[in-house]
Amino acid sequence: MSQNILEVKNLKINFSTFAGTVQAIRNVSFDLRKGETLAIVGESGSGKSVTTRSIMGLLASNAQIKSGEIKFKGQDLLKESAKEMDHHRGNDISMIFQDPMTSLDPTMTIGKQVAEPLLIHGKISKENALKRAQEVLELVGIPNARARMKDYPHQFSGGQRQRIVIAIAIVNYPEILIADEPTTALDVTVQAQIIDLMRELQEKLETSIIFITHDLGVVAGIADRVAVMYAGKIVEYGTVDEIFYEPRHPYTWGLLSSMPTLDIGSHKLASIPGTPPDLLDPPQGDAFAARNPYAMNIDFQAQPPFFQVSETHYAATWLLHPDAPHVDPPAAIQRRFAEYQKLLQAGQVENPIEGSLNE
Amino acid sequence: MTKYILKRIFYMIITLFIVASVTFFMMKLMPGTPFTNQEKLSPAQLKIMNEQYGLNKPLWQQYLIYLGNLLHGDFGTSFQFNNQPVLSLIMTRLQPSLLIGAQAMILGSILGILLGAVAAMNKNNWIDSLATFVSIVGISVPSFVAGVMLQFYLAFKWHLFPIALWNGWESSILPSLALAFSPLAQTARFMRTEMVDVLNSDYIELSKAKGNTRWQTVVKHTLRNSLIPVITILGPLTANILTGSLVVENIFSIPGIGEQFVKSIMTNDYPTIMGLTIFYSLLFMIMLLITDILYSLIDPRIRLTSKEGN
Repeated sequence: MSQNILEVKNLKINFSTFAGTVQAIRNVSFDLRKGETLAIVGESGSGKSVTTRSIMGLLASNAQIKSGEIKFKGQDLLKESAKEMDHHRGNDISMIFQDPMTSLDPTMTIGKQVAEPLLIHGKISKENALKRAQEVLELVGIPNARARMKDYPHQFSGGQRQRIVIAIAIVNYPEILIADEPTTALDVTVQAQIIDLMRELQEKLETSIIFITHDLGVVAGIADRVAVMYAGKIVEYGTVDEIFYEPRHPYTWGLLSSMPTLDIGSHKLASIPGTPPDLLDPPQGDAFAARNPYAMNIDFQAQPPFFQVSETHYAATWLLHPDAPHVDPPAAIQRRFAEYQKLLQAGQVENPIEGSLNE
Repeated sequence: MTKYILKRIFYMIITLFIVASVTFFMMKLMPGTPFTNQEKLSPAQLKIMNEQYGLNKPLWQQYLIYLGNLLHGDFGTSFQFNNQPVLSLIMTRLQPSLLIGAQAMILGSILGILLGAVAAMNKNNWIDSLATFVSIVGISVPSFVAGVMLQFYLAFKWHLFPIALWNGWESSILPSLALAFSPLAQTARFMRTEMVDVLNSDYIELSKAKGNTRWQTVVKHTLRNSLIPVITILGPLTANILTGSLVVENIFSIPGIGEQFVKSIMTNDYPTIMGLTIFYSLLFMIMLLITDILYSLIDPRIRLTSKEGN
């Protein structure tokens, strides 16, 4: 569990647009361990997808990587040639996309589409590739896979199509699987099935997963560790329990408070006021300061460094500075703290949200 | 599928009947008679001629007689072209027109698809602009202007090809080139637009994520999907080229079917006008049918059934 398979360090990515240069990724570092699931959470435009696309080498042509390194098993992917990247894609690192309705080629049978990565990378005969494709389709739960290999994408439902997209991603036993909001376009019931499937597959294949989402409920169900992104930066990261029960960054507080819970009753759902900053001209201080009810003067002047909360838990907020005044987090967050203490005392740190997702 | 095609053929017969009827009456509205230009005929001779060809009968009787003959496969006899039966007249003149049209279509559409694909892959750089320029020129320059230019440079100045007339395959090159401009330009425009869309789609992203190189992605996933809408315009375009070559045939003095059409209208050659109109309509409808069948072959989402709305 401790071996890092992927290390992203000081990654900065800009996009040149007609309006100017957008600083989409502003110094992001994280690592991914073998066999773990890292969830990257954040709202639209926070840079989650750009980060993962840079790992795949699939950035848009107007993107420039200003600095940083992405080390896959010690090798910097950013220094590799296009040919070497083609070799990694779909082989060691593969990706599941958001919308299963448009991710599959409408004019190719799904058997061929699933077998394709095998034929590109493996020196395997076409027959064997199709046989493998059938096994993988069975593995992801496509009923009657043998007969359905010859069907086209439009003959499958949305959930089934996402299973096929997953089959394409895992057919080569990748070491890293990047899932870019794989459940966002699906019904809630189907979402739960896909999450279950991914968890099951991870156990069988021992892949590391980077799971991008803006849905915290989904995160609780699948992640080992969570990184919260805001305005092109990671603002807090830790284990899933730490992020859910002991969050320290006001942005994470905001996210968790705006998550509907079963006992919300007739109360109004909380939300974070304001909009994310313009990354054409990012603020000098903490990017979240303008929306942060706990913001102090220093938040507007200097960007906070990461403060260590525990061995695995870090948050970039001035509130953790030894000189910062003590603040009380929102009521919903305080309840989470209390619940966590109870669980810790009972010696069973488990995730009640995970349970609710599966029911 | 068979049921669908049979149904389409039934509709084609009805359409042909309507086309024949409308053309028949409109043709009779044209000024003059088949014998107007033959000034040497006396009134008595004219009367004999009219009786001979049944032109003295009331219009509705002429119409019914024509339809009756048509049902027997008799298209009548040309008034002008050496009194030949219209059907054999069409058949002898079909070969040059088909050859030129087919060559122009094959050359134009293949080059157009390639040009459009290259333009899409180089979106917004100079190659794309060049392709756009070629398409605009191809669409805006009429085939007869292109024909005259080709004649002047390639035949008259540089003596590479025969300038006109119909002496073997070399004679077909220049007219085919002149005709190829329009399908080339139109398929290139269509192909570019469509392929830019396809290249932006999620399944192309997935194809790259699978480890396909740029070219593998284009060959395996892009071309077929981009071709679907292009097929739509190829059918009518082919019919247009095959039938619309009359001006080019005239410029190059090719004894084709288009040239004959123009002459038959000038001389009020009723049976020939009718025969050619019916022939052209049939050709057009067959092209549309082929397009639809091609469509279902290339796109698995389209299945031809005889029920409406499927």
